[in-house]
Amino acid sequence: MDQLIFASEVLVNGLMTGVMYSLVALGFVLIYKASGVFNYAQGVMALFAALTLVGIQQGQVPFRHLINAIFGTHLESFGWTLPSVLAILLTAVVMIALAWLIEKLVLQHLVGQEPIILFMATIGLAYFLEGFGDVMWGADIKTLDVGLPQGISDAVEATTANWFGYGFFIDRLDIWATIIAAVLVAALVAFSQYTKQGRAMRAVADDHQAALSVGISLQFIWIMVWSIAGFVALVAGIMWGTKSGVQFSLSLIALKALPVLMLGGFTSIPGAIVGGLIVGVGEKLFEFWIGPMVGGATENWFAYVLALLFLVFRPQGLFGEKIIERV
Amino acid sequence: MTEMQTTTAAEGYVTADGRQIGGVLMDLKGITLRFGGVEAIKNISFDIRQGEIRAIIGPNGAGKSSMLNVISGFYVPQEGEVWFKGEKRGPMKPYEVARLGIARTFQNIALFDGMSVLDNIMTGRLNRMKAGFLSQAIWWGAAEREEIENRAAVERIIDFLEIQNIRKTPVGRLPYGLKKRVELARALAAEPGLLLLDEPMAGMNVEEKEDMSRFILDVNDEFGTTIALIEHDMGVVMDLSDRVVVMDYGRKIGDGTPDEVRNNQEVIDAYLGVAHD
Repeated sequence: MDQLIFASEVLVNGLMTGVMYSLVALGFVLIYKASGVFNYAQGVMALFAALTLVGIQQGQVPFRHLINAIFGTHLESFGWTLPSVLAILLTAVVMIALAWLIEKLVLQHLVGQEPIILFMATIGLAYFLEGFGDVMWGADIKTLDVGLPQGISDAVEATTANWFGYGFFIDRLDIWATIIAAVLVAALVAFSQYTKQGRAMRAVADDHQAALSVGISLQFIWIMVWSIAGFVALVAGIMWGTKSGVQFSLSLIALKALPVLMLGGFTSIPGAIVGGLIVGVGEKLFEFWIGPMVGGATENWFAYVLALLFLVFRPQGLFGEKIIERV
Repeated sequence: MTEMQTTTAAEGYVTADGRQIGGVLMDLKGITLRFGGVEAIKNISFDIRQGEIRAIIGPNGAGKSSMLNVISGFYVPQEGEVWFKGEKRGPMKPYEVARLGIARTFQNIALFDGMSVLDNIMTGRLNRMKAGFLSQAIWWGAAEREEIENRAAVERIIDFLEIQNIRKTPVGRLPYGLKKRVELARALAAEPGLLLLDEPMAGMNVEEKEDMSRFILDVNDEFGTTIALIEHDMGVVMDLSDRVVVMDYGRKIGDGTPDEVRNNQEVIDAYLGVAHD
């Protein structure tokens, strides 16, 4: 019985971690759906968003290391601390400007190219953004605090202690991440299914020529999609940055999104959610039951093995579109 | 030719089957299109009149598709002028041309394979939706009215083209002939002022060709849509069109009613070959 209750606590914690994975995976799915491109830079975009947010909030001077090195000045900060909401809004504006730049400087020149070419371009973009973020804001580890509640939730602990005689330890940040992810997903689904822009977005993903012929501006759709992906990256950056600090390793969470995408399917928003939950729960439960038998640390590889199995038996993922071709 | 078919009358003409054709809708003047050193289109001029079915024919590589791509904005000619509805058109992007009310289909079919037939056709109406996206997302006010109107218009087209039974099917699963029909439906959904069809019957069997011919005639008849089409099948072209432009090696070698064109020596030579000695 104790074992079972403990397992369910692990399960709940897994679900919460899964939500965090889903947040990252969502950004990938969005761009993939809208342009047929796997955006390798999604993780770095989350890092860049988080860096920018911290920088703006704490009034750091952008490029200060560079400026100081060249001009021998000692610039540090503008000396303000902005309210979180304002800082988040400003960061969103930066991410939209970034989307506009990406369209102008990269995508516009690659209209009608093979997806693999666009994919390569996003790899370049990832490395560029990584370095650019460092130069702009510095490479030191930063703490991000936008006022999201953190720490163990007393309410959950008390309630579960009442019910099971055993209090669950659940981080309040995880609870908030779940709520925010749910709202974000609902908004994105409504947007892509019911609005004209959403329909145009799906059309562009499918066929550039056909989209042009019905009067869709590729440029507008691409800027829109990358802006949305930038916004999702910002949300993911906020959640992960709050949880584990803003540092380079933040961009590596993108790697955890890969197995999530293979499970859920690259083209499905619900798939990203369910995939994230399965990976989150799966790796926690596996570590809990099987981990001790094999010496632990299974969380590092469990997701990838699961993804491999999916690649073998169901390559399109749980919810992905099966590729149908008439011959 | 009979007086009824004088094709150069300033204010339209009456066709052999008694339809009144209006004034000039699109006027192409001295179009020249080059790809590097190759001249795909050499100084071609012709017009398309309100309400007519205008065909562009010619042997393979004659430049027919290039011509259609010029009209729809996919190619920008190096020389010449494109006039639409009495206004000269500057260099435009394809989506801007589409917004002017020029819809098209493609030789190799360009549909959104992952979307249902219904969704595909709905994309044809994207430019008719004006409601703000917030109200669309929550399905409220103007957006709801608009969506209902657009759905009704699309359902009429689905009825018209007899594709009711496949409306929810993903387009990727459809056979070729039906895909062609869905593509036509999407173009029609935009209620275009000018409809461009790039080989609407390519690769079809006799029965499918007959169906498609009937739809093209019905579209022209019932909606009064002006249609410009490219087609290889001479029989089909002659039956369908009011006037025909014949191209060969990028030049215009004939222009007139099907009968006029059929009796044009240069056209006969181009199609049957001529001994060069």
